[in-house]
Amino acid sequence: MSTEAIFGAEGAITVDAIYEGPAPKRIVVAYGFWIFLLSDIVLFSALFATYAVLVHATAGGPDGVQLFSQTRIAIETGCLLASSYTCGLMWMAIGARNPAATYLGAAVTFVLGAAFLALEIREFAGMIAAGATPQRSAFLSAFFTLVGSHGAHVTLGLIWLTVMMAQVATKGFVAAVTRRLACFSLFWHALDIIWVGIFTVVYLMGIRT
Amino acid sequence: MSSIRPHDRAPGEDMVPFQTGGETLSELLVYTTGFVLAIVLTAISFWAANTSLLWPPGVPLGLAVLAIAQMGVHLVFFIHITTGSDNTNNVLALAFGILIVLLVMAGSLWIMTNLDANMMAPSELMNLHMQH
Repeated sequence: MSTEAIFGAEGAITVDAIYEGPAPKRIVVAYGFWIFLLSDIVLFSALFATYAVLVHATAGGPDGVQLFSQTRIAIETGCLLASSYTCGLMWMAIGARNPAATYLGAAVTFVLGAAFLALEIREFAGMIAAGATPQRSAFLSAFFTLVGSHGAHVTLGLIWLTVMMAQVATKGFVAAVTRRLACFSLFWHALDIIWVGIFTVVYLMGIRT
Repeated sequence: MSSIRPHDRAPGEDMVPFQTGGETLSELLVYTTGFVLAIVLTAISFWAANTSLLWPPGVPLGLAVLAIAQMGVHLVFFIHITTGSDNTNNVLALAFGILIVLLVMAGSLWIMTNLDANMMAPSELMNLHMQH
């Protein structure tokens, strides 16, 4: 029975009738990826809990007040937030099947993500050069694990974005490619949600105690 | 009747997917609204962490509230989670995820605080325990 047949007449049949049958692959894939993202967020919640338990265990070493630079964190936050926004714009360009706008959105997203990563790597390098290594204290172990895991996710995201643009260039907007782009878009937005937790719990609360 | 969709909405999907024209402007408006709200919330967070105008013990709680609000903004405006019936599955999965996150975080902090309290160690021994 087609949708027209159900809704063509005045009296609509029960809504259940049109919910029969499997959902399109586009929905199944995105939903499955959504479940993965939620499990990834659960993983991060364990790292957040570990950090919160160990944050005062500095073993006489440096604490957040001495180590964190607020200006750098503000710039990092701005870069990642803006890249989440441009990722949304890229998703709109994909919806409109506009290759030029898609490449532009992807390029801006990539540059902003890479800038975020570069700042984070510089922060880590500076801390390690100053002797604040993961081995120094439980606080620093937890810090590098939590923030480093997020940084690793961003790195993977950048590689994924590059691969996707190569697929758009060679295959065009076929169904399989747009499904993967939908998953990438979800992944990138989820990374920004986790960063909100990190800049609040680690950095903003860290500079106060 | 055309507004009733035969299937659920995929997470991250806004309006009618892959339709040229029409929806583009409102979609841009959704992303831009989310972006502006997120900037405002972030700015308030950074301000609250640095100001001396607020009651200091209350600031961490305020920061937590701002962060949760911003996560909500991201979910609604960037990932397009809605209360619509075509979004029920996405919301249920999210609710389960949040439940586990709360259990892991609150449970860990609760247990570790209790452990510390039950140690009843002299402060030096306590410091050693905390630090190594």
